[in-house]
Amino acid sequence: MDFETYDVLVVGGGLAGIRAAIAAVEANPRVRVGMVSKVYPMRSHTVSAEGGAAAAIGPGDSYETHAFDTIKGSDYLADQDVVEAFVREAPVEVIQMEHWGCPWSRNPDGSIAVRPFGGMTTWRTCFAADKTGFHMLHAVFQTSLKYPQITRHDEAFVTKLLVEDSRCIGVVALDIRTGRFDAITAKSVILATGGLGRVYAFTTNGNICTGDGMSLAYRAGAGLKDMEMVQFHPTGLPFTGILITEAVRGEGGYLLNNQGERFLKRYVPNKMELGPRDIISRAMITEFEEGRGFDGPHGKYMHLDVRHLGEKMIDRKLPFMRELGREFVGIDIVKDPIPVRPVQHYMMGGVDANISGETEILGLYAAGECANVGLNGGNRLGSNSLSECLVFGAAAGRAAAHYASSAKAVTANPVDAMLWDEARRVESEYLEKKGGAERIGPIREEMQREMDAGAGVFRNKEGLSRLARNLGGLRERFEKVKVDDSSRTFNTEIVAALELDFMLEVSSVIAFSALAREESRGAHARTDFPERHDDRFLKHTVAFHTNTLAPRLDYRDVKITHFQPQARTY
Amino acid sequence: MPDKTIMIRATRYDPEKDDQPRLQSYEVPFYDESMVVLDALNHVKSHIDGSLSYRWSCRMGICGSCGMMVNGTPKLTCNAFLRDYWPRPVTVEPLNNFPVIRDLVIDMDDFMHKLKSIKPWIIRKQELPLGAGEHRQTNEQIDEFRQFSECINCMLCYAACPVYGLNSEFLGPAATALARRYNLDSRDEGLKQRLPVIADSEGIWECSFVGECSVVCPKGVDPAKAIQQTKLDTTMRFVLPYGNRE
Repeated sequence: MDFETYDVLVVGGGLAGIRAAIAAVEANPRVRVGMVSKVYPMRSHTVSAEGGAAAAIGPGDSYETHAFDTIKGSDYLADQDVVEAFVREAPVEVIQMEHWGCPWSRNPDGSIAVRPFGGMTTWRTCFAADKTGFHMLHAVFQTSLKYPQITRHDEAFVTKLLVEDSRCIGVVALDIRTGRFDAITAKSVILATGGLGRVYAFTTNGNICTGDGMSLAYRAGAGLKDMEMVQFHPTGLPFTGILITEAVRGEGGYLLNNQGERFLKRYVPNKMELGPRDIISRAMITEFEEGRGFDGPHGKYMHLDVRHLGEKMIDRKLPFMRELGREFVGIDIVKDPIPVRPVQHYMMGGVDANISGETEILGLYAAGECANVGLNGGNRLGSNSLSECLVFGAAAGRAAAHYASSAKAVTANPVDAMLWDEARRVESEYLEKKGGAERIGPIREEMQREMDAGAGVFRNKEGLSRLARNLGGLRERFEKVKVDDSSRTFNTEIVAALELDFMLEVSSVIAFSALAREESRGAHARTDFPERHDDRFLKHTVAFHTNTLAPRLDYRDVKITHFQPQARTY
Repeated sequence: MPDKTIMIRATRYDPEKDDQPRLQSYEVPFYDESMVVLDALNHVKSHIDGSLSYRWSCRMGICGSCGMMVNGTPKLTCNAFLRDYWPRPVTVEPLNNFPVIRDLVIDMDDFMHKLKSIKPWIIRKQELPLGAGEHRQTNEQIDEFRQFSECINCMLCYAACPVYGLNSEFLGPAATALARRYNLDSRDEGLKQRLPVIADSEGIWECSFVGECSVVCPKGVDPAKAIQQTKLDTTMRFVLPYGNRE
């Protein structure tokens, strides 16, 4: 059987994936790179990032303060050597993006401007108005088109990693347009598949954020690290969950409760609206519970008020927010406060990877949101993730290219059999299954409700145990799922089934990891264990696949270099 | 089912089974004034007929996936509100002027090739080394090309373009606008390389001043302006003294 073969294969076409592909080629121009993405790359969820990318380039800024802010923001669960490397590389990457055409907003002298952001002690967030992710993604994607060494496989869904003798040698991918299963082999594989927000009902994430890469790596034997650490962004639009950027507060917007009060004075008095996301989301829920939220048709909410900033400033720095308000809420943010409430936004947890993106499986790398390289710990600071995609995408690309240059070629012999087995598995489980009374949509919706209820901003043993149990029930129902669509051509229902399979997998890992962390740290807030316990839990949770829904949990020390854990107050 | 419902008529076409596309009707609960056409399609797929195929992701008007014809007009279905159509039925069809792969899914390979053909990256005679820092560029210089950089590649302009409908060789609105985006960027020196592709492409001279592309753009891009400016550039190339032809 014929199959495509590359030196480096990137799975995912968002910012981290494309950055990795370019880095691989620039590290070694003879490297042939394949890029598989389930959507056209410019549809990747990077496109929805709004506020900016952090880099210590502003006057008076330093690597040290960026590192400390990130580590404190992580509630000391970040690996400090990784953070220190990251803050040094981020400015280089921001300049690289500028050379590739990203329209960064500028200072009057034409240099790259920075804005304030949550949890950062100084102005260090580079931005392209309030569509930073959109502009970065299009700039890097369009730039990637000039490299003949990069071959894209658009709209192909990876169902399995090919692993032989503990080495990753490629993937099996479903070509969505034709329904054909292909083996795509490579000397090294980089996962850059993004987040998993769609396991929740109320999320800022797009439909494609289904934890694919995390699940693929987990099933192949890699660890998933700190999966209990799920970020809830304070300001999502009720009903849709559409993100209202933190830059709204960075530029001076107020968060107000139903008394018209800037309630954050009770929670983060020194930072107010520029506190970190985990603490502000908890503050909002607490205010709701104490009766100080507004009541709306889609639940409780707060006001995010920018009216005092004036039309000119809003149009210059927050034009997309005005557009979103007008189109999706029917308000003009120049004249009306924006209704907002906490919403799932980002996954700190991910595929356990080191500073070069290497996972525990030889030849397998991970970068971006699907990875956990130890940068974000218990809580990511806003605007660190776009920089993370650049820095660690590039690092993984270089490392994968280097490894590929010396690794031996992949032989055809085992690949044929692995492809055949995988194609048969998917076809028999979904396409050819007779009977089966369950449908994908209702199971997915129930999983999302369960995750919102059990693994939200606040958690406890009872809720997490119930969640784990109910996810088990949903898994049993999923075994009886029936796909309506028998066509080979652009069968989006089979893609949805494969995604739901992945989402049920990572949801269970979240539930069990969260159950085992009997403390509160960063975004993981246990009402039954409200304190942080460094003696027991200054450690990473690493989850490994087993034959049951419950993973085997392992713990690993956090790397401390210069910053000893302290009480985290703002 | 709640009292209020809305009728969705969606194109169904599976090339493995169907000779012709047909419309299929679905009655969908309309339970919230915030619901959009995409929500209705998602309801159909989750609860009525899982085989309905369409693309979508961000549902906030930025990823560009969910463009379809809604009652005959190219729209992003994520911000086409049901309340603007109810109680009339909503007819949802694949974007005009493209081959259809399946149901509401168009084949946009042609655009992907055209995008690459205009060299949508910064071209410089001499690249600035990374260590030299950023190119200096003022916000006013960015304003020169800003609107053309807002294109989300949603293909609504191609669906609206009468010239592209007749001649798919035409580079078309979005690709021309993106070429313009780079040509107007103070960091770029690639005009000379792009001009032959954009100006000599078939169709640009047939583009009348209809401007349907600019009307349907959900992001306020004015591709018609880019096309007219490109014509002017091309003309200037021949009338200007040799040294000024950039």
